[in-house]
Amino acid sequence: MNIGQAIIEALETLNSNRLRSTLTILGIVIGVGAVIAMLAIGTGAQNSITGSINGIGSNLLFVYKGNSVDSNHVPKSVTTADADALLDQTQAPSVLAVAPMVSGSLEVTAGKEKTTTTIDGVTADYETVRNAALSEGTFITADNLLERASVAIIGTDVANKLFSRTDGLVGESIRINGLPFKVIGVLEKKGGSSFGSQDNVVLVPMTTGQLRLFHGDMNNVDMIVVQAASASSTSQASDEVANILRVRHRTGAGQDDFTIISQQDIADTAQSITGVLTIFLGGIAGISLLVGGIGIMNIMLVSVTERTREIGLRKALGARKKDISTQFLTESALLSMIGGVIGIGLGWLISFAIGKIAAASGTPFTPTIGLSSVLLATLFSTAVGLFFGIYPANRAASLEPVEALRHE
Amino acid sequence: MNEAVIQVNDLKKIYHIGNIEVKALAGVTFNIFKGEVVSIMGPSGSGKSTLMNLLGCLDRPTSGSYILDGEEVASLDDDELATIRNRKVGFVFQSFNLLPRQTALANVELPMRYAGVTTERVARAKASLESVGLGDRVYHKPTELSGGQQQRVAVARALVNNPAILMADEPTGNLDSKAGKEIMELLLNLNRTKGATLIIVTHDPAIAAQTQRVIRLRDGLIEEPAS
Repeated sequence: MNIGQAIIEALETLNSNRLRSTLTILGIVIGVGAVIAMLAIGTGAQNSITGSINGIGSNLLFVYKGNSVDSNHVPKSVTTADADALLDQTQAPSVLAVAPMVSGSLEVTAGKEKTTTTIDGVTADYETVRNAALSEGTFITADNLLERASVAIIGTDVANKLFSRTDGLVGESIRINGLPFKVIGVLEKKGGSSFGSQDNVVLVPMTTGQLRLFHGDMNNVDMIVVQAASASSTSQASDEVANILRVRHRTGAGQDDFTIISQQDIADTAQSITGVLTIFLGGIAGISLLVGGIGIMNIMLVSVTERTREIGLRKALGARKKDISTQFLTESALLSMIGGVIGIGLGWLISFAIGKIAAASGTPFTPTIGLSSVLLATLFSTAVGLFFGIYPANRAASLEPVEALRHE
Repeated sequence: MNEAVIQVNDLKKIYHIGNIEVKALAGVTFNIFKGEVVSIMGPSGSGKSTLMNLLGCLDRPTSGSYILDGEEVASLDDDELATIRNRKVGFVFQSFNLLPRQTALANVELPMRYAGVTTERVARAKASLESVGLGDRVYHKPTELSGGQQQRVAVARALVNNPAILMADEPTGNLDSKAGKEIMELLLNLNRTKGATLIIVTHDPAIAAQTQRVIRLRDGLIEEPAS
């Protein structure tokens, strides 16, 4: 018997027991659907998180005070002078740009509306280093910094809370910690509530922040954002930055009083976390696929018992063991393949629905169904069908023709 | 008579049920010649079914020799026996044993599928159905056919691979007397016109009377050795 005929016959048999076949297929549909949906959600989460990490800027290093390494030193603050030193092209040729910043959480008011949000004191370089784009107005300039100007750039969430709109806000005034600031720009909406959101933030000139809002001194900064020249030079830039800071802070090797984290480190960590999450979700969904496979085995065993007489007849007419086992394996493989195909559709629908729900609840994130997960699910479900079909098929094939023909 | 299509020599089949040894066939020897019509008779428990299963290559003897169409089949393995059944034996069962969801044509095609016949399969199946007088019922399913017609389909299926012997196990047992008579006529006619070797297992003396020779079994042995 060739495969084409075996498939046609198997389809006829499955069709003649429609309800049973449908329920068996349903087990696989749910299994494959769950696997596809979970992998899609995992991949989507991964893309969304790495996307927002990349959205901060590219090839960045974050330098801040203190280190988890035990040290007798009281850590020295990272200062504006440190930031300037990093721009030295001979000592740090891999560094492209440097953006020191101060940061804190303060109350912002406009008229009767008020909100508490992150206030970042930044320099003009912040705009390029952090990929900050404005929907209106202009960015903080070097003059603003020199003048310690009371100007502010607000994120869209802040704008919505204070003014209930996000446009035509240039020239409005707000109060930060009671001090008046003039709005000179609005940041473009980036979305995402995770790392690097720039929607719920207010930017002021760093000098203004240092002097009027936070420390009261002009030297210390909370963080220096360093942009490396290229992706391949980030680790070199990290070394250069570390060397300069060790000299300036007079610390020995292994006694750093500062920490450098690269954007890549954060991305890698996030990726490994979401990777584990994806495997975990996929694994749980895989269990339901396994249960579906056991359903196939169960039904095929019932089918073998029911059709004992038919098997006996086929053997009497000259069917060899291989012919009989092929017949039953084809049936179980078809059950799982059909289930797999429908399951991919179901998984796609679930992912689509979850994407919609996520978007509606303000967390835009797109579940992504990769070709690899479709192939994986198809292969895996067919393998499940074959694996769980082998035992019933062998049982059918090894029936004695005399016994089988006598069976009622 | 011409050459023997079946040569059975001291054929034994012994079953073990627990510690008890049951000699279903205690050693039978006979020949059946090409073109003969032979009936096998005997009360239940006489070894009739066992002999039929052995002659039909559905089972292996415990000892003895069985040469079918020049081939020793007593020691073949399962798959080799399947091939022999497919090529050399045509079965007609008491309860027809047709696949209920398949058409008459598909049922008749079945032995050719296992024989690997592909191109001429439909034509041969149709010719076989015509030869049993069912040329106009090719696409009917068993449920749409009368008992007699179903048994004719079974005969067409048994003939389609041109077997060396045709084994009929109570072929009229499930039929009314008119349909039974027609089936017997069909089988005997096949013998007359095509020289088919026919072995009929029956307990009906009227059927046995229509055959050229009767092998009577009792307690696993041949009661009156035929000529």
